[in-house]
Amino acid sequence: MAFNADPHADERPQARTLAVLVDNEPGVLARVVGMFSARGFNIESLTVAETDKAAHTSRITIVTRGQSHIIEQIKSQLERILSVRQVIDVTQDSAGVERELALVKVRSTGAERIEALRVSDIFRAKVIDTTLESFIFEITGTSSKIDAIIELMRPLGLVEVSRTGVLSIHRGPEADPTAETPAATAASN
Amino acid sequence: MSTKPNIRAVTSNEAAPFIAPQMTGAEMVVRALKDQGVDTLFGYPGGAVLPIYDALFQDNELRHILVRHEQGAGHAAEGYARSTGKVGVALVTSGPGATNAVTPLADALLDSIPIVVISGQVPTHLIGTDAFQECDTVGITRSCTKHNWLVKDVGELSAILHEAFEVARSGRPGPVLIDIPKNVQFATGPYYPPEHAPRKSKRTMRRVDASKIIEAIELMASAERPVFYTGGGVINAGPNASQALRALVRETNFPITSTLLGLGAFPASEPQWLGMVGMHGSWESNHAMHDCDVMICVGARFDDRVTGLISAFSPNSKKIHIDIDPSSINKVVQTDVAIVADAGEALEALLEAWRKHRPAARPVTSQDSKNAALAAWWQQIDTWRARKGFAYRPSDDVIKPQYAIERLYQLTKDQDVYITTEVGQHQMWAAQFFHFNEPHRWMTSGGLGTMGYGLPAAMGVQAAHPDALVIDIAGEASVQMTMQEMSAAVQHNLPIKIFILNNEWMGMVRQWQQLLHGERYSHSYSAALPDFVKMAEAFGCTGIRCESPAELDEKIKLMIDTPGPVIFDCRVAKEENCFPMIPSGKPHNEMILLDNFVGDEIDAAGKTLV
Repeated sequence: MAFNADPHADERPQARTLAVLVDNEPGVLARVVGMFSARGFNIESLTVAETDKAAHTSRITIVTRGQSHIIEQIKSQLERILSVRQVIDVTQDSAGVERELALVKVRSTGAERIEALRVSDIFRAKVIDTTLESFIFEITGTSSKIDAIIELMRPLGLVEVSRTGVLSIHRGPEADPTAETPAATAASN
Repeated sequence: MSTKPNIRAVTSNEAAPFIAPQMTGAEMVVRALKDQGVDTLFGYPGGAVLPIYDALFQDNELRHILVRHEQGAGHAAEGYARSTGKVGVALVTSGPGATNAVTPLADALLDSIPIVVISGQVPTHLIGTDAFQECDTVGITRSCTKHNWLVKDVGELSAILHEAFEVARSGRPGPVLIDIPKNVQFATGPYYPPEHAPRKSKRTMRRVDASKIIEAIELMASAERPVFYTGGGVINAGPNASQALRALVRETNFPITSTLLGLGAFPASEPQWLGMVGMHGSWESNHAMHDCDVMICVGARFDDRVTGLISAFSPNSKKIHIDIDPSSINKVVQTDVAIVADAGEALEALLEAWRKHRPAARPVTSQDSKNAALAAWWQQIDTWRARKGFAYRPSDDVIKPQYAIERLYQLTKDQDVYITTEVGQHQMWAAQFFHFNEPHRWMTSGGLGTMGYGLPAAMGVQAAHPDALVIDIAGEASVQMTMQEMSAAVQHNLPIKIFILNNEWMGMVRQWQQLLHGERYSHSYSAALPDFVKMAEAFGCTGIRCESPAELDEKIKLMIDTPGPVIFDCRVAKEENCFPMIPSGKPHNEMILLDNFVGDEIDAAGKTLV
């Protein structure tokens, strides 16, 4: 029996950040999330909020994981959704900036408490709440930076973590070069 | 009235702004249907949709066909759409009316059939209160429509109605649903006809990429063992696509096969036609797909029923894939040349390029090695043809189902005939033994495989083609799923012919149990069946029973000549299997045939596949 060589056999799944610009209308998040679950794709984090009230646009930033052909399929499937105006592959974009914010609660006393504060200083975290036996740190950075501080805090009395998921934007003075501005959308009518 | 900020009014003449007439939401529905060219709709009234039915009552242009179950309305709309190339329309009430329409929506989504379903909804102030006959219709139908809308403001209704038709028929066609609360149906607002309706910004259609066409032509010119593999996308692209396909296939002298849904785009009567591809496709088409060196896929999507074992699918070929939906490209099979375009436009571009480049790329001389290779390829195909993969053992005593369809074809082929099917063995035999020379003549549930599709679909076809001969080739199990629609066919003078291949078994289930489950026939035999002749009489139409091959021709002629709907109970061999068959988990060149079938072809891995 002759077989096709699997062209993806050697490729490891990688995390990819996709920014999805959508019409802000009821059910739009369900359409996007439903596509992922219906087709068995993975969502590692997701953030969503209205970003342009006048144009009724929301930006959904999704971190997913897969081989490149899976990511291409995810992008194509997203673009099929009528409410999706644009899909931006942030990871592929060398000028893409990604940030995440986390709130980290640590409970400890004595030397551990001092060490936690020292670590937070190294990571430029802010203390936003304290008691005699706890801190809440606010930290902003790439997801890997947040992963790192969480791992360091774990032996120092880590209690709870809350993360926003990834946000992204394009560097430089312009809007994302491939993004349709609301004005351009109207003009193409 | 309020409109969404991303919707803007378009006026054709800035000097004389259009003044939209005021009317109720229900009146807008009727008006929009007519403005969209609808002449027939299929539906079932209920509390939440009564204002629209009231508006229909006062209209005398639209033809409403009252079904007996909302699933029937959806499938009838599909049959109407598939046989005309137009958008089919169904009208249902809230709650159970909408949930009953889910199966046809899912069916139309998988087969890319343009239908618009309009559902009533409880009044907006009751939404979310678990009101009587309330369900989350847009939530339930989100994943089985191309798009859906809940209209909460009558000011947006006309624009959404027009957009719904546009979405259903544009790009890769598909089903849409508009959910209209009852108070929005009663409310008054401005009606914008299509040319004046506020429109959302439309995505620009991709043009055919000329450089990809050249790449494709170069591959085709270099081919020694080419094959065209075409699908429902060619049918959906309209008559020009079929015409371009025919010209291209004839001029290249390449062999052609198609999916179940693509039958009729290329005439089955022409010598280059190999028959259908796939699990129950022809011996020659499956071998050609496996052994080809260049595959030209047009408007098909490498469905698992076509490819068999993916890792061994056509292992030595370069693949050209033409599809209007970018997500179809590389979804299942990696493509060498991808052309995202309407099948018709791409085929026309290919044809033009072939005519222009062929003399250089492939001179027509007897010494030319490519032509010699193609001739050898045809010789190989002829040896596969000689294997006669569709062969069955004829019988004088009992009607073989294949024989029944062969006779049905012979006795109807010169007429204006449309065929629908249910799902199962009879469907595959119909695809194998009924031959189509024109598109839009063959309506079958391919992707979703919906038993019960054929009878209501036949009603939809007949409503669109009142003088044609419309036959549902059915199985006795499938047809009982929507049999109640015979009552609608009688009421609306739709003279559909239900040709039941009655073997008392869920035949395909029985075949799989025989092949995959150690002949343990778990719940696949109908120990009690209705008397279909009496059933026909009870519905007020004609029943015909045929039990022997000797009387088959005469009874089929009687069916054709009988005015009005007919249920034809064709008693066939009970345990016939459908061959060839690519067993689950096997490649194209390991088909089971009638004469090599032993029963242990499917291994443990294959048994876990569907």
